[in-house]
Amino acid sequence: MKLIVAIIKPFKLEDVRNALTKAGVVGMTVSEVQGYGRQSGHTEVYRGAEYQTSFVPKLKIELVVHDEISAEVVEAIVEAARTEKIGDGKVWVLGVEDLVRVRTGERGADAV
Amino acid sequence: MHYNAGDTAWVLVSAALVLFMTPGLAFFYGGMVRSKNVLGMLMQNFATMAVVSLIWVFGAYSLAFGPDWGGFGLVGTLHFFGLAHSSQPVPGYTGAISQHIPPLAFVVFQMTFAIITPALITGSIADRVRFGPFLLFVALWSVLVYAPIAHWAFDPHGWLYRMGVEDFAGGTVVEINAGAAGLAIATVVGRRRGWPRSPMPPHNVPLTLMGAGILWFGWFGFNAGSALGANNLAAHAFINTNTAGAAGLLGWIAVEKLRGGKSTTLGAVSGAVAGLVAITPSCGFVDAVGAGVIGVAAGVVCSLAVSAKFRLGVDDSLDVGGVHLIGGVVGTLLIGLLGTMATNGSNGFFYGGGLGLLGRQGLAVLASGAFSFAMTWVIAKAIDKSVGLRMAPEDEFEGMDTALHAESAYDFGGSFLRSLGGGSMSNAQ
Repeated sequence: MKLIVAIIKPFKLEDVRNALTKAGVVGMTVSEVQGYGRQSGHTEVYRGAEYQTSFVPKLKIELVVHDEISAEVVEAIVEAARTEKIGDGKVWVLGVEDLVRVRTGERGADAV
Repeated sequence: MHYNAGDTAWVLVSAALVLFMTPGLAFFYGGMVRSKNVLGMLMQNFATMAVVSLIWVFGAYSLAFGPDWGGFGLVGTLHFFGLAHSSQPVPGYTGAISQHIPPLAFVVFQMTFAIITPALITGSIADRVRFGPFLLFVALWSVLVYAPIAHWAFDPHGWLYRMGVEDFAGGTVVEINAGAAGLAIATVVGRRRGWPRSPMPPHNVPLTLMGAGILWFGWFGFNAGSALGANNLAAHAFINTNTAGAAGLLGWIAVEKLRGGKSTTLGAVSGAVAGLVAITPSCGFVDAVGAGVIGVAAGVVCSLAVSAKFRLGVDDSLDVGGVHLIGGVVGTLLIGLLGTMATNGSNGFFYGGGLGLLGRQGLAVLASGAFSFAMTWVIAKAIDKSVGLRMAPEDEFEGMDTALHAESAYDFGGSFLRSLGGGSMSNAQ
């Protein structure tokens, strides 16, 4: 089992979600986050005074998938989230030691 | 005594329009402060309405418009204290300027000016002044600063009025006065903690735009009402007011574009207010061209002036100096160039009137600005040294809303966790 974490541009959520559905992923968790990488923040101007905002709003997607489709899912996210402009985000994959479905008590790969 | 019904109705309605400007100002300012201080800002403005309403009836009106004390043109006597002798005509308004309205209509109309002027000062000292001492400041300031300057320029016995200074609705009495006072009290209370390094952007620009709309609306009462009659001069002042506000809006955002930026909504309404400020003294003395020139000039000059506070190191938080002092100076001085007898008053330089009027206007700018700055500094310093004007550092960090008023303005986020947080409610009575 793999935990896939993706940071994407907020307006790309629908594209990513459609791509994931096509790739056979049936659930995900999304949260609103803020941060920055190579894309610096944005500037706001009030009566001529400039205010730099260093944190940019992003979405964080987390999902757990079977090992076999992990690479395919990552590829789907990357393809869907890409604009080729700075600030497109990152995707990383971690191994998952254990997993439990709360409702049934199923464990491991059965709970994915 | 014969009163004109139309004149009386217009002045009474104008009084209500001008009173409405102070809540408008409260929201104009309230949107520009941080969210933890918005109630503190609104409270200062609303409480100013209450304090000055009483001070005006009990003393300040009489000092401003009562019979002149000693013939110096500096201040009135307490003849009208508590609105005594209110059936007597307001002294000085004789001949061509005789009033055709009940003296009490004049009292309440002028009261609304006395209210908004100290309310304007709250923009200079946003986020950092204790509430009780602020009320004390407003009370003392109304008596010691507002009433005398109103007597100088508005009362026909005042020394500026007698000299021929033209101030139709308060370029000196309201705008320059409030702007200079704002800079003085900001100097006394000092900068907000963290200013100018920490960002303190406006928390709710739509609130500011709503307040600006109310100000623009109320300004028709302010300026056209100052004709003290429902007549041609009021109509001149009305259309000139609108022309200058519109020109000011475009002037400010033009500067933003020319400096390579974007047109901002805050810039647009700041420009409108700057234009309205500058037309305040001049609306009853210039023609349509004059109003347009004055509005553009104010929008451009004020948009450049607001950054001066960073060079001066004075935390005039919401630019009362940059908009009201500078806008007031622009409007008051330009009467000396653009005034025309075709509207009212004397001809300015461009209309063949020579430079005398400009000189008198310049003297009025200096006299009102210097007196206001000096007296305000003394009053603020006295309050600060005795009871203390500045909030404690931990209160300032927490914000005025909870620290001073035990309320918070917004409950959008975090309320779910707060409901789980083991809190309880009890009856404080």
